[in-house]
Amino acid sequence: MADVNRGNRPLSPFMIGPYYRPQWTSMLSIVHRITGCALALGAVLIVWWLLAAASGPDYFASADWVVTSWLGQLVLFGCLWALLYHFCNGIRHLIWDTGLLLEVDKAELAGKMTVVASVVLTLLVWII
Amino acid sequence: MSYKTDFGRVLGLGSAKQGTGHFWSQRVTAVALIPILIFAIWPLDAAVGLSYEEVRAIYASPFNAIMLILLIAVGFRHMQLGLQVVIEDYVSNPAVRTAALLANTMFCALFGLTGVFAVAKIAFAG
Repeated sequence: MADVNRGNRPLSPFMIGPYYRPQWTSMLSIVHRITGCALALGAVLIVWWLLAAASGPDYFASADWVVTSWLGQLVLFGCLWALLYHFCNGIRHLIWDTGLLLEVDKAELAGKMTVVASVVLTLLVWII
Repeated sequence: MSYKTDFGRVLGLGSAKQGTGHFWSQRVTAVALIPILIFAIWPLDAAVGLSYEEVRAIYASPFNAIMLILLIAVGFRHMQLGLQVVIEDYVSNPAVRTAALLANTMFCALFGLTGVFAVAKIAFAG
């Protein structure tokens, strides 16, 4: 019964902008998804570098050149922040799954803490 | 007219042939990745940019190698589940969607297994 109209149902409109002003919660949710997708590319880069390290010195030299170039370092720094943001915000999601922090003010505060924590942790890991 | 109840669909008998399996797998991998990432990030962050011999020495250590293998294996599974949701949300054409979902599964398996193999090869050699 539920899928009689499959494929021909109305789609919900894109809410942010015309109907909703941007909120911390919705923006951070979108950033969670974007960082997740970006990490897929970062993961492939790291796997390629590991494969080079497993293959031999010549292959490793080219992979090492890429990851130590200024562009490679910029990408890796971005990936590190994306990873740690996704990590912190993922923990926020897991807390929500238990039914906690769902009130708007608490969800927003936890979101702001997530952003601060991700930046602090990124700098910490990058420098150490 | 379907005689299936909502409860029957939730039990895994609906059109998707699964109930909360995807949701639960996403959470299990997410929880597992918390300690894995905490242990795997430090040697990986240290290793990137080091020389060939130094990188291989880091992953000759069983602990470092096991943590990175876990990060790759669980991480790529988590990634496959996450990208699947993104594809299901944005790709509405059924043929393109099915092709994208298949490609997602296969690429995650390919790169995940390649990564595990690479770390294992370094660890066994060292």
